[in-house]
Amino acid sequence: MAVTTEQQQHGLTAHSHGRAEKTGSAPISSRADHFTSFDVNAFEVPGGREEIWRFTPMKRLANLHNGAEATGKAAVDVKAPEGVVVETVGRDDARLGVAGTPGDRVAAQAWSAFTEATVVTLPGDAKSEPTTITVTGAGEGQVAYGHLHVHAKQFAEAVVVIDHRGSGAYADNVEFVVGDGAHLTVVAIQDWADDAVHVSSHHAKLGRDATFRHTVITLGGNVVRLTPVVTYSGRGGDAELLGLYFADAGQHLEHRTFIDHAESNCRSNVVYKGALQGEDAHTVWIGDVLIRAAAQGTETFELNRNLVLTDGARADSVPNLEIETGEIEGAGHASATGRFDDEQLFYLQARGIPEDQARRLVVRGFFHEILLKIAVPEVRERLEAAIEAELEAVGV
Amino acid sequence: MATLEIKDLHVSVNTDEGSKEILKGVDLTINAGETHAIMGPNGSGKSTLSYAIAGHPKYEITSGSVLLDGENVLDMTVDERARAGLFLAMQYPVEVPGVSMSNFLRTAATAVRGEAPKLRHWVKEVKEAMSDLDIDPAFAERSVNEGFSGGEKKRHEILQLGLLKPKIAILDETDSGLDVDALRVVSEGVNRFKQSGDVGVMLITHYTRILKYISPDFVHVFATGRIVESGGPELADQLEAEGYVKYIGKQEAASIG
Repeated sequence: MAVTTEQQQHGLTAHSHGRAEKTGSAPISSRADHFTSFDVNAFEVPGGREEIWRFTPMKRLANLHNGAEATGKAAVDVKAPEGVVVETVGRDDARLGVAGTPGDRVAAQAWSAFTEATVVTLPGDAKSEPTTITVTGAGEGQVAYGHLHVHAKQFAEAVVVIDHRGSGAYADNVEFVVGDGAHLTVVAIQDWADDAVHVSSHHAKLGRDATFRHTVITLGGNVVRLTPVVTYSGRGGDAELLGLYFADAGQHLEHRTFIDHAESNCRSNVVYKGALQGEDAHTVWIGDVLIRAAAQGTETFELNRNLVLTDGARADSVPNLEIETGEIEGAGHASATGRFDDEQLFYLQARGIPEDQARRLVVRGFFHEILLKIAVPEVRERLEAAIEAELEAVGV
Repeated sequence: MATLEIKDLHVSVNTDEGSKEILKGVDLTINAGETHAIMGPNGSGKSTLSYAIAGHPKYEITSGSVLLDGENVLDMTVDERARAGLFLAMQYPVEVPGVSMSNFLRTAATAVRGEAPKLRHWVKEVKEAMSDLDIDPAFAERSVNEGFSGGEKKRHEILQLGLLKPKIAILDETDSGLDVDALRVVSEGVNRFKQSGDVGVMLITHYTRILKYISPDFVHVFATGRIVESGGPELADQLEAEGYVKYIGKQEAASIG
């Protein structure tokens, strides 16, 4: 078993770590210089040694990074309550692309290749019932690209569940435009079939005093690589990014969060927790936070915890915090990867609880703080059942 | 009538320098209705004895036997021992984040009793047991032992003792870290347990002060991995006055102050 944890403490001075200096080959670069473009050809085809691709198994990406043509379409089914407007639009719709610009070649490829996009508009100054968007892959061996745009208008209060299922390779960009004073809760579930490859970029743009609650749940799929990026366009924005992932044998589940604090008095909190079991189960968490010089009064914290349940699994965890101003409320990060705690197991067993049940209690307890925050009861119940099934699968 | 028989127990622990023998032939029989105080200086192996009986994986039994009503405890898993009627109140109870005390207690009671307690009775039972130990009901929704003070942890160990109703309870330095009020509350909890049925208690302690609240029938002096002297309550008084010097060749007080 190899467990890698790269972890540092921070001070309140400008610094960057965990990125370029780890490879030794590239000069130390700031996240602020990260290249973005809508043009796929502006990116070189990555080979796997690049900093942002170094953990990803390129051979298993179904050539999404290397110009794979779409051979099918993912089915997008939206169940929306009254008041929520759902549209299917062409590439030329002016609303598309406003929340962010692709930051890697697969995102740019998806932007260049999608033929139609789904736009969901949540009414302003109103509270909406949950909207569920089900995205079903194009099928085994197929390649598809997509685009989803979610706009919560000023003072909207809404919940959107995005549920990914099925087979095939799928790359997409998902935009969240959160209007001034709006409160948007998103739960993105990656519950793909065993063959699926999903490379996805989420771009969230928060307006003044907007609240964004983003929860990522990744359970199924051969390779899932999710890149949530949060930017602020006004003061007082508040983003919480939660993640829960469970990797089985052979799965590669990668999450790369980036919070770009460029406005003052905004908050962000990132909590990702993962469990791993089985041979070659691999998880990656890269947590980038950049506090730019203008972002005075920022408050940010990010945390990643990994629980390695069996031998043969590997968790990589890299927090990167860059601070360009000393005038902040607070900033911190923590990362830890550990094996199952035998003392906890002993304690529970010493109270008569059989070992398998005790293990489940501990794993459920590990995920508890994230599950607790999932505001949609049906989703929470489904996830609890899915975690139980994962644990049963290997007799943990 | 439950009986715990420990016969010529030898236990080793694996360290960086190899295997190290800690218990060197412990013999002790505890019958239901009896309270045995095991007293000894630091490092004498008292806690090892309790963990070895409970089945902690760190300790290796190299020879000897532990029988509960004639059944070989050492052949059982940790949870089987607990369900057979053994209970260890730990010196350092473990924190289990994300698992609520109420969920934990109910899961444990269900396992030990063989069926889930009826919810209505159970809620009342837990509430009363917590109130008896001066535990704030809010603790039921907190994670097991997480962020509890030393005294709060010990109260919850005794709470579990009362709810799980074992045949034989081993209390490993339950008195350590308790202030006078907490010591009284916890001792009363142990005494209620003793009066609740035919149960045996092994009370492991360094100091004599808990024996003012829980009166032992037998006192054993534990030193260098075995019982070196046994007697009645008067032996505790002697330790109170003289300390452990006679057994370890240096002064270590058994009284406080």
